[in-house]
Amino acid sequence: MQRIGVFVCWCGSNIAGTVDVKQVAKALENEPGVVYSTDYQYMCSQAGQDMIVNAVKEHRLTGIVVCSCSPRMHEQTFRKTAAKAGLNPYMVEIANIREQCSWVHKDMIVGTEKAIILGKAAVAKVNLNAPLTPGESPVTKRALVIGGGIAGIQTALDIADAGFEVDIVEKKPTIGGKMAQLDKTFPTLDCAACILTPKMVDVAQHEKIRVFSFSEVSEVSGFVGNFEVTIKKKARYVKEDICTGCGACVDKCPVKKVPNEFNLGMDNRKAIYIPFAQAVPKVATIDPNACNMLKAGKCGVCSKVCTAGAIDYTQKDELVTEKYGAIVVATGFEPISMEKFDEYAYSQSKDVITSLEFERLTNAAGPTQGKLLRPSDLKHPEKIVFVQCVGSRCASCAEKGKEYCSKICCMYTAKHAMLTRDKYPDTDVTVFYIDVRTPGKNFDEFYRRATEDYGVKYIKGMVGKIVPEGDKLHVQGSDLIANEQVHIDADLVVLAAAIEPDKSARPLATMLTASMDTNDFFTEAHPKLRPVESPTAGVFLSGACQGPKDIPETVSQAGAAAAKVIGLLAKDKLLGNPCVASSDENMCNGCSSCANVCPYGAITYEDKEFRMPDRTIQVRRIAKVNPAVCQGCGCCTVTCPSGAMDLRGFTNSQIMAEVDAICK
Amino acid sequence: MQVKEFKPLIVAFCCNWCSYAGADLAGNNRADYPADVKIIRLPCSCRVNPMFILKAFQKGADGVILCGCLPGDCHYTSGNYYTRRRMAMLFSMLDFLGIERERTRVEWVSAAEGAKFAATMNDFVATVKALGENKRLEDLRCKK
Repeated sequence: MQRIGVFVCWCGSNIAGTVDVKQVAKALENEPGVVYSTDYQYMCSQAGQDMIVNAVKEHRLTGIVVCSCSPRMHEQTFRKTAAKAGLNPYMVEIANIREQCSWVHKDMIVGTEKAIILGKAAVAKVNLNAPLTPGESPVTKRALVIGGGIAGIQTALDIADAGFEVDIVEKKPTIGGKMAQLDKTFPTLDCAACILTPKMVDVAQHEKIRVFSFSEVSEVSGFVGNFEVTIKKKARYVKEDICTGCGACVDKCPVKKVPNEFNLGMDNRKAIYIPFAQAVPKVATIDPNACNMLKAGKCGVCSKVCTAGAIDYTQKDELVTEKYGAIVVATGFEPISMEKFDEYAYSQSKDVITSLEFERLTNAAGPTQGKLLRPSDLKHPEKIVFVQCVGSRCASCAEKGKEYCSKICCMYTAKHAMLTRDKYPDTDVTVFYIDVRTPGKNFDEFYRRATEDYGVKYIKGMVGKIVPEGDKLHVQGSDLIANEQVHIDADLVVLAAAIEPDKSARPLATMLTASMDTNDFFTEAHPKLRPVESPTAGVFLSGACQGPKDIPETVSQAGAAAAKVIGLLAKDKLLGNPCVASSDENMCNGCSSCANVCPYGAITYEDKEFRMPDRTIQVRRIAKVNPAVCQGCGCCTVTCPSGAMDLRGFTNSQIMAEVDAICK
Repeated sequence: MQVKEFKPLIVAFCCNWCSYAGADLAGNNRADYPADVKIIRLPCSCRVNPMFILKAFQKGADGVILCGCLPGDCHYTSGNYYTRRRMAMLFSMLDFLGIERERTRVEWVSAAEGAKFAATMNDFVATVKALGENKRLEDLRCKK
């Protein structure tokens, strides 16, 4: 029989406001096994924990029930407390009387009744708890960073500087991500390339970093400290280790009219290409959909001009399997498609562009060498209208856009408007906005400079329709402050498109079994206290894959994720989860049902000799669970037809006891 | 004579990773749902043995709901698919035994869907309330 102590937490008024904690403590006093029951303002505080430690000693407790907040919040805390008191940490059970009781019910009597029942269920469970000891597993001291934008680059550099090996997997031919496409960066207006490309070079030269460019993660198995990842290196038809990036092949390639993705299709590239001059790795890639040699077997010019002999038309996708201790997701974002927003005439006029396209237009390395020219007739636009929140904060049009705020648009629109006025003071610049949100360091000052020093016109209101008329764009909007309709004949319209997670994020989340929110952003383990960790152990989040972020925020999160990874990789051994399945060899008949449903392949079979009552020896096939591989889902326990399989920490009898206690 | 309001007894099995976290989020958002719902935490919805559900009805539960991760999002890759198949069978068998289909439910609630959790529980409790007390499978020896 256990000697159980019950500790009811007030959580200030969070619990005590709706639940009569004294009555709960009193009601649980008479439950089987309970020898001590009390309540306290803050059980998780030092004084509260000391109280538990003392009670364990004084009343020789063997089990603890804490009626408090969610076990997802403080289970670890109280397990440590139990260990401090000399108990096995797994002799603690939590009754969730805050998130699942006091916070969702308003009536004191109802809340108290329910809290008592939840407490009884926890007591019933602890009565059947057994001490558990976690197994140890080694840590592979290498990290994988998925995504080579500024988030991935910063995370990789920070981890590598701490002395651990890092691999970056980037799906594009070069690292650099969205930041490489930007012109200047707010609020300091330093050029994106000037601050990014040195970091890209650092990555290329770092002895601890390997870059898998033009590659994708195709399979993930294992668990924290011991991941096994299969990386697909897509065929680029150029030998990466031989190509010097001289560009002779690009010069001579006869296929000239392939839309250039890096400039968002605003100019053309060749069939063999290097995305931009500072690409890392600086290696050419052949586009198999455009290359004459790969399509029809006729041409071969690039292989003739390549003095290094790097061209290989027979290259195939290659699969590489690597081991890692930690995985960082840094898959970033993508502007949403403007397809569903045709009221802005994006598909009808070349002069309606997105902000990222505007970024390329003003970039010295862009299609117009940095001159602001309209895409349709290459004339200098005299009137420019910026439309903010295109697809952002779209609560009423969720089928088209996103309900959330994309966060970066207010600032980059102010930047675009300011830079335009700075370079071309004769240009008339108008911005339509819902709200201007500038809650960053030096952000509001920046926005005020745009309006006050540079004379950018800000109109509070949305644009309803844009109609191309001749070579003008007729913009119909509303001014909510003046309460009037506004009509502007603009030469160029720039849409601040909402941003969404990269398309590759969803399948990746499935591979990693990392959870996502309804918008496909990765969810963090705790929104405030564990913002860079995924709920899946060993998977970390960096940058805009977790939510819209600007560059300063992305870099800080990248560094934070790196710190967490370093903390993990610095350990030699990890304690496993002791709540794993185990098979009762006396009941198992080796039917293989459990192994068939195990998602981890944790169950194997062995022949074991059994001594029978008549003193003969019988050899029987029985299931064996590998505790280092088992993750403790419990699927096998339900499948087992002979009831031999059970899950430690969540045994059949424990759950039955909980059901019993609740239904009593 | 005053008729006492029928308070159904609902057992909710929630997986630790999605729906239990969703229930916590409902709490964080102070979303309201009836106290008739009592949640049991499990690692995965696939840990729910049909015996647990039979036991609940035997001991007088009026409704049982299982919540798991959204299809494709199971923390253990495929657990919720097993749940779906097992419960399809179990529930049709229970229906045969006289426990209406409306008293049993499988629902997918992600960790981000606190509002959905509360809405689901409100709806389920209302449905079970409309059906009234469950008499089937009840072990009369359990009655005090």
